[in-house]
Amino acid sequence: MDFNDTAEEAKFRKEASDWLSANAEKKEHSRDVYRPAEMTGEGGESSALQDAKDWMTKKYEAGWACLHWPKEYGGRDATAIERVIWAQEESKYKVPGGFHEIGQGMAGPTMMLYATEEQKKQYLPPMAKGQEIWCQLFSEPGAGSDLAGIKTKAELDGDTWTINGQKVWTSGAHYSDYAILVTRSDFNAPKHKGLTYFFLDMKSPGIEVRPIRQITGGANFNEVYFTDVKIPDSQRLGEVGDGWKVALTTLMNERLAVGDASGVDFQEIFELTKESDFNGENAISNGGVREKLADWYCEYAGLKYTKMRNISALSRGDTPGPDASITKIVSANKLQDIANFGMDLMDNASIIKSDDKDDIRALFQGSLLGAPLIRIAGGTDEILRNIIAEQVLGMPQDVRVDKTVPFNEIPSGSKN
Amino acid sequence: MNFEFSDDQLVMKEEVRKLFEKEDSVKRNRNILEGDENFDKDLWNKVVEMGLTAITIPEEHGGIGLGFLELCVVAEEMGRAIAPIPYSSSVYLATTAIINSSNDDVKNEYLPKLAAGEMIGTFAHSEELGTPTSDNAKTTFQNGKLSGEKIAVPDGDIANLFVVSAKSGDKVGLFLVDADSKGVEVSKAECFDGSRSYANISFKDVDAKIIEDSSSEAIEKLLNQAAVLFAFEQVGGAEASMNMAKEYAMGRYAFGRQIGSFQAIKHKLADMYISLTLARSNCYFGAWALGNDAPELPVAAATARVSATKAFYECSKENIQTHGGMGATWEFDCHLFYRRARLLSANIGGQSLWKDKLVSSIERSNLPQ
Repeated sequence: MDFNDTAEEAKFRKEASDWLSANAEKKEHSRDVYRPAEMTGEGGESSALQDAKDWMTKKYEAGWACLHWPKEYGGRDATAIERVIWAQEESKYKVPGGFHEIGQGMAGPTMMLYATEEQKKQYLPPMAKGQEIWCQLFSEPGAGSDLAGIKTKAELDGDTWTINGQKVWTSGAHYSDYAILVTRSDFNAPKHKGLTYFFLDMKSPGIEVRPIRQITGGANFNEVYFTDVKIPDSQRLGEVGDGWKVALTTLMNERLAVGDASGVDFQEIFELTKESDFNGENAISNGGVREKLADWYCEYAGLKYTKMRNISALSRGDTPGPDASITKIVSANKLQDIANFGMDLMDNASIIKSDDKDDIRALFQGSLLGAPLIRIAGGTDEILRNIIAEQVLGMPQDVRVDKTVPFNEIPSGSKN
Repeated sequence: MNFEFSDDQLVMKEEVRKLFEKEDSVKRNRNILEGDENFDKDLWNKVVEMGLTAITIPEEHGGIGLGFLELCVVAEEMGRAIAPIPYSSSVYLATTAIINSSNDDVKNEYLPKLAAGEMIGTFAHSEELGTPTSDNAKTTFQNGKLSGEKIAVPDGDIANLFVVSAKSGDKVGLFLVDADSKGVEVSKAECFDGSRSYANISFKDVDAKIIEDSSSEAIEKLLNQAAVLFAFEQVGGAEASMNMAKEYAMGRYAFGRQIGSFQAIKHKLADMYISLTLARSNCYFGAWALGNDAPELPVAAATARVSATKAFYECSKENIQTHGGMGATWEFDCHLFYRRARLLSANIGGQSLWKDKLVSSIERSNLPQ
């Protein structure tokens, strides 16, 4: 057991660190983050979007974008452990991010497996370069956790598909250039057999994007409506009716891309309990408060060391375990509970809303409102528990009443 | 980075696991629980033959001279096997206390006997119901003689060597007493986990040797070291409980299907796995801190202890629940793990105490970075 890099890893870390220090501004402390110059737009995005694109392009030109991708598609052919080392080093700098994950993390790997060579050469390098943003058109009003229940209709006429229907919860649709899309091409086939998968230009005629205001007040999600949207058959990924298989590739990558919930964590509540007054003494002196701190520290440390065990597995060349599911369940619930308890400690002061990003109240309030979304997006707590039970522990699937019957005979959506 | 046990350590773990499987340790646990013996002497001899009592003892004192990391993997298997032997008392506690000591005479005299399994040691610390601290010790050491009452001494009726905490001047130190010394009186106590043996011990002007009397830190250090090792035992027991629950849920049919196909059961198992994974990862950091005698040990030990205690409790109680009515019978083995989980939760101080210690250690160390 040791925490040191191998000689090769140390060399790579130095190279990454040298380039970063020459091209980015180092954080002064862990809470020091990149701040966009201005905030505009429906989703609260801002100069941050252009800054993120430009930072990605800068990395791309120096060979630091999409590290694990093949060089011919704009990557670096780096190993998994090198990718981790890069992420560790980059996190020490104040750099913009948060716009390329769906493209590079999910659409890219799917294109890599299913697109033609010509398409890969056309679309993947610009995706790596970062000026083009992709979104994921999967969920629908009647198909969230039950994703295979989608109803957006795809009809083929000659070489062209016509798409009609509605998608929802599409992050970043309002600023995306391209999208990956799952549709139903056969309503008479069983649920998982009638799906077909495409990629498309978000500027195609017939696409309408409407923002959804979230409980945080921001609007990063969208509804996306399709009215006679045309897609050439050449942009189909996988066989007709085989879209579920392609979607699973994307979802597998989504689970890998989802990480820690962002917001308040142990450090923030620890500091707060040292500063808050509780019956005339600091809250941290109170036994009940200390019990909670201990529990959260155990979760915080447990996730940190679980990640290290995964990195060790990567370093040995093993496939990482499904522990990303654990990370999301534990960190999202911890975030919610810490935010709630922190506001409790602030007492009546927590009732007064604060939008000042440097105010600790804003941090806790934002975390409390953001936490429910994190527990749902990218696999709900419940779906992730199913994944752990089925894929890690090898337990049987639930009995399904919707697997063998024709899709158009299955009840779906809300009946109230 | 290599945050994993070495191949050699994992091979050793596998060998210990095979021994306990071959010897049907869980059945032996039940035999001790139901019978009149206070531990399984045959299993103890096999453990000694395998060299497991000599792991951390230096070669010059008749040991194998390996480190605490090797002891951690053995501890996990002890927990999985709920072994009915005084291993933790003799190895994690008594042997470690003597290894820590700067008294070479004590080392020379006792370590070879502990390594060879000729002597079984234990740690006599608690003095009254509740959580023992080094401040309130009423047992005293003066002019080579030790006096006081110790309660709930693990394997106190089995051990022939006691490491005893006692006040000497204004310090609380550690002292060594031979069980057959004049003035030692051992009274066996009925144990909540009947597969293990406990005793109350009275010391009246007993001859004692000094292990460490110049610092009160020695007890804290010993407890932190033991906490990591017990946490590995707890992780082993928790994993065994989770696996029992899983196997039962896969083989038990109700409402026309495996109960393991119901989400109510699957989510229960997923929660056990989450709790176990966090505990195991914290134990690994504890092992690193223990093996390197790192300044992080107090935080690492308390973190491992608190999360492993939680994991074993959760896994052992939900294992019973998954089994339904049969899980709550004497006949099924679920309660053997439930009892052991409870014993290991209390043996070196309860959960509230360790949570408080954890936060205090974080406050002192200015962690986390």
